[in-house]
Amino acid sequence: MICQECGKRPATLHFTKIINGEKTEFHICEACAREKGEMIPGTSNGFSIHNLLSGLLDFDPSSMASAKPQTIRCEHCGLTYSQFSKLGRFGCDSCYKSFSDKLDPLFKRVHGNTVHVGKVPKRSGGLIQYKREIETLKKEMMTRIELEEFEQAAKIRDQIRDLEKKIAGA
Amino acid sequence: MSLNQFTGDALSEWMKGDGPESDIVISSRIRIARNLKDYPYPMLATNQQSQEVLDQLSAVLENEELETISNFSLVPLSRLNELERMVLVEKHLISPNLVNESRNGAVILSENESISIMINEEDHLRIQCLCPGFQIKEAWDLANQIDDIFESQLDYGYDEKRGYLTSCPTNVGTGIRASVMMHLPALVLTQQINRILSAVTQVGLTVRGLYGEGSEALGNLFQISNQITLGQSEEEIIDNLFSVARQIIEHERAARHKLMQESKMRITDRVNRSLGILSHAAIMDSKEAAQRLSDVRLGIDLEIIKDLSSNILNELLVMTQPGFLQMNAGEKLSAEERDVRRAELIRQRFGRF
Ligand SMILES: [Zn+2]
Ligand SMILES: [Zn+2]
Repeated sequence: MICQECGKRPATLHFTKIINGEKTEFHICEACAREKGEMIPGTSNGFSIHNLLSGLLDFDPSSMASAKPQTIRCEHCGLTYSQFSKLGRFGCDSCYKSFSDKLDPLFKRVHGNTVHVGKVPKRSGGLIQYKREIETLKKEMMTRIELEEFEQAAKIRDQIRDLEKKIAGA
Repeated sequence: MSLNQFTGDALSEWMKGDGPESDIVISSRIRIARNLKDYPYPMLATNQQSQEVLDQLSAVLENEELETISNFSLVPLSRLNELERMVLVEKHLISPNLVNESRNGAVILSENESISIMINEEDHLRIQCLCPGFQIKEAWDLANQIDDIFESQLDYGYDEKRGYLTSCPTNVGTGIRASVMMHLPALVLTQQINRILSAVTQVGLTVRGLYGEGSEALGNLFQISNQITLGQSEEEIIDNLFSVARQIIEHERAARHKLMQESKMRITDRVNRSLGILSHAAIMDSKEAAQRLSDVRLGIDLEIIKDLSSNILNELLVMTQPGFLQMNAGEKLSAEERDVRRAELIRQRFGRF
């Protein structure tokens, strides 16, 4: 996508403004963003993700001072944390590990959550699937115990043991 | 199979049939973002790496299960000229992003164009399924099935805590974007739209206009999609969107009913004026075309206009876009030339004057 201000450089900042309930999106390059001071992410009243991202990372003086985020670098792809915060894009899977400490607050603001609860790939995710099931069963077992339905609880306990054996054997 | 098949017709085969609630919901779409394990995302991939990704993903085309779903064609972006790319964007078969940024970008299209699988866009793999009308659950079932087929042959980037890993932090987790495209003229006319859209954004959904740029809702068309992809299951995401869209359908219906009860003459006048202008104008810019077509479409749905099919308007909305107009003309056109062509094409299409 090309910057909508200069029409020359690639747009690296994407954000949304809401004015009187009307949303407008901006796609601009960094140079133009600097020129148009009012558009610098973090000052807009929209809730675009990249806006939040940069707002959280680049423009938060406390995080700048304490952790020097610009020096963190993904060892696998070479992307630095400050590049990440400007682009709003990861470079590879390993970035998630490399920037791990910084991601919970970001995801919390973007998604309201930090942990995936959806689909698990069948091939590589077998063990994860078992662990998920065990967690669900444990909760159910506790409920049964509270309700004093001990026979049910015992059955669930056996199911959990079976799954744990499968994990140990894998 | 020739590329012409995909760029010749404005309406994809899937759009020619009517789906449920198709007087209000134009289409339902699911997009799933996935990446191959151990490869840098397209933004940072070398030419060789993105070629390998392309090879691995296109190898899945040989999969027998995939063949039972449809015949697919692989179209490398390098084989398309600028206009052909524009047309595929206007038909929502590829994203503007694939055109601009990708290396070794390609798209896999099903015969009826309801499935398009982008390779080396922002993520290595983007599976998109489109269904006519309000069929978001059906679209999810289909996309999920295709995802399973790819996953059975390839290792995806996946993390126990974060789920499916994606280039943009806004897609991580489930990687799915579910959206419905709705035509909401009565909510706009009765000035309820802003209130409803702001309510929608408060339950984790976002709204954008039809042809993205600037997000202005051309032709009263709004795309409503999930914003959250992490911490909700796919089913929760779909159910949430489904129930919100259902409520908006009810509101739009009520607003249409109210318009017909309280200001039938004014609506009839507006609809017929737009029909008259579309049938006679010599110059028509895209913004006016979208608005007038929206009026006429509303007129058809309210049975003020009885001898036109609503499909013609879906078709015209695509055909009057810059790429299609230029494809149709066989040459590059200036904005003014396009406005003249657009008017001409619409007049022809209505074919009664
Ligand atoms: Zn610029
Ligand atoms: Zn990385």
